[in-house]
Amino acid sequence: MALDTSAHEVHHHTSETVRTATTESRIARYGLIAIALCFIGLFLLLPLAAVFTEAFRNGPGEFVTVLQDPETFSAIRLTLIVAGISVPLNLVFGVAAAWAIAKYEFKGKAFLTTLIDLPFSVSPVISGLVFVLLFGSHSVLGPWLQSHGIQILFAVPGIVLATVFVTFPFVARELIPLMQEQGTADEEAALSLGASGWQTFWYVTLPNIKWGLLYGVLLCNARAMGEFGAVSVVSGHIRGLTNTMPLQVEILYNEYSFVAAFAVATLLALLALVTLVLKSLLELKFSAQIAASRRH
Amino acid sequence: MEVRVQNIRKEFGRFPALNDVSLDIRSGELIALLGPSGSGKTTLLRLIAGLESPTEGTVYFGEEDASKKTVQERNIGFVFQHYALFRHMTVLDNVSFGLKVRPGSRRPPAAEIRARALELLDLVQLSGLEKRYPAQLSGGQRQRVALARAMAVEPNVLLLDEPFGALDAQVRKELRRWLREIHDRTGHTTVFVTHDQDEALELADRVVVMSKGSIEQVGTPDEIYDTPNSPFVFGFIGESNIIPVRVENGQLWIEDRSIGLSAAGEPDGPAQLYFRPHDIELLDGCGGCIAGIVTVSRRVAGTRHVELDIGAANCKVEIELPPEKAATDKSRIAFRPTRWRLFRDVPNENRTPAQV
Repeated sequence: MALDTSAHEVHHHTSETVRTATTESRIARYGLIAIALCFIGLFLLLPLAAVFTEAFRNGPGEFVTVLQDPETFSAIRLTLIVAGISVPLNLVFGVAAAWAIAKYEFKGKAFLTTLIDLPFSVSPVISGLVFVLLFGSHSVLGPWLQSHGIQILFAVPGIVLATVFVTFPFVARELIPLMQEQGTADEEAALSLGASGWQTFWYVTLPNIKWGLLYGVLLCNARAMGEFGAVSVVSGHIRGLTNTMPLQVEILYNEYSFVAAFAVATLLALLALVTLVLKSLLELKFSAQIAASRRH
Repeated sequence: MEVRVQNIRKEFGRFPALNDVSLDIRSGELIALLGPSGSGKTTLLRLIAGLESPTEGTVYFGEEDASKKTVQERNIGFVFQHYALFRHMTVLDNVSFGLKVRPGSRRPPAAEIRARALELLDLVQLSGLEKRYPAQLSGGQRQRVALARAMAVEPNVLLLDEPFGALDAQVRKELRRWLREIHDRTGHTTVFVTHDQDEALELADRVVVMSKGSIEQVGTPDEIYDTPNSPFVFGFIGESNIIPVRVENGQLWIEDRSIGLSAAGEPDGPAQLYFRPHDIELLDGCGGCIAGIVTVSRRVAGTRHVELDIGAANCKVEIELPPEKAATDKSRIAFRPTRWRLFRDVPNENRTPAQV
């Protein structure tokens, strides 16, 4: 309580003309703000606006019509399926990996941490190529898969694999520092009170990491839906079958169907916006809880 | 419940944290593990809890070998230095956690869990705060929630790791007294770790002094303070002066001066004289005394702390005098310890020395 009142007083002081040591001069402040705004406008808002203008160039009627094209529709469906499979997989994997790295000491821990970062450091095209080399008809596994009638490349399984590979650092990367910072005392407390391993995870660990986890999942989902390079290599671009939304955008664009291309792009952009808005809303609504879980 | 630790050894990698430690903890007693950091006190506590497993040795709870049991099966209450409260749960949910996670057959009905938790919150004087979250409590309040949470499971033994370490001095003193009251009322066998000697001496029935992974001495606070059995304990507990002396014909000498203390039965040779700053008598003349020149004189509350340069052996001695006694700089003071011990340099063997 005493702390609260003193904080109030301090705030009261600074709202007047008192300048603190870290305050810059007026020119420097406005200059920096202007530069930042220009940058955001030029590189973020302008392209976004361009995407939306192009999509609605011929009015909302055509926008709706092009989205009802069966190939486009199937691309949207495929993207949702792929994200629907790969995000939960990476959720489980990310939590497990972060748990192992943050809470235990074992040999090869540094190596595992590096390995998790691999998809970030490798070009997505190479990530896709890896699966072609692994499952293609001239590979070791290829003939066996073919003789058993299992289709991985140029089909949904291949696209899912490539997407999982590319997006797997997101959840783990988000959780590892958080879990390391929180340490193991809470878990030890739960165990000492008689909770089983599963109860400890469910009632103590998971609530402690839920905000980080949610953030990781949102990022993971955005990337899973937006991935181009790796998916492009393994998909085979079969129209109406193995094209995801980003691939469909490229095809439409190359065919000079600008409105259709930008309409699909709008959906992807919307996804990004929804992700951001969702994240901000959650942070706003639960800011007290988030602060508490970081402080404490 | 009685807890026995038998010949416990613990190594972290190749680093030995505990070497061959044995300790009997009596049922219902409040016992302190005291030592500097790195002495192995927290490791010992965590071994009793089952949060660590020993490299060698056994822990008995009563007659039962608890070493093979997991931390969940041991039914202990552990209070962590930084509380480790579940931050997303209310105070009430924190306290009832241990009962709620029990398997169906052993879990009390919800109403009973709630009643028990409220009763414990009353015991730790936090009634009315049950709906708060840990972040909304002060440090002292959090620590009390942690204690209530640990006691809710009716533990065999209550283990506290530096329970007051993160609190400021005033709150610490209050909580100390209060913990003693709680202990007397509930009668849980309680072990707590501390590096604060005042805390250990004031609070505990018995104190275990540890150093470098071994137990140096176990005894009541009086025994530990009045008859420390090793130079380490003497130096670690309370203030002490150490002067290199020489034993000759049963008399103590500082260089070529006799200091008027006899150590009958001690073999001749060099030794260290240990005494506390307040265990001295002032002398007028000096036919066998320690004499020195005042270098610093400080008034600390009800006593005057005087630092003396005793010339010989180039060592400083601090003594405590009544505040009315003048001790101006450069003046000469002669005194003789009234209570002292002699330790030889030889470690471990021949450690039991002569005493007044």
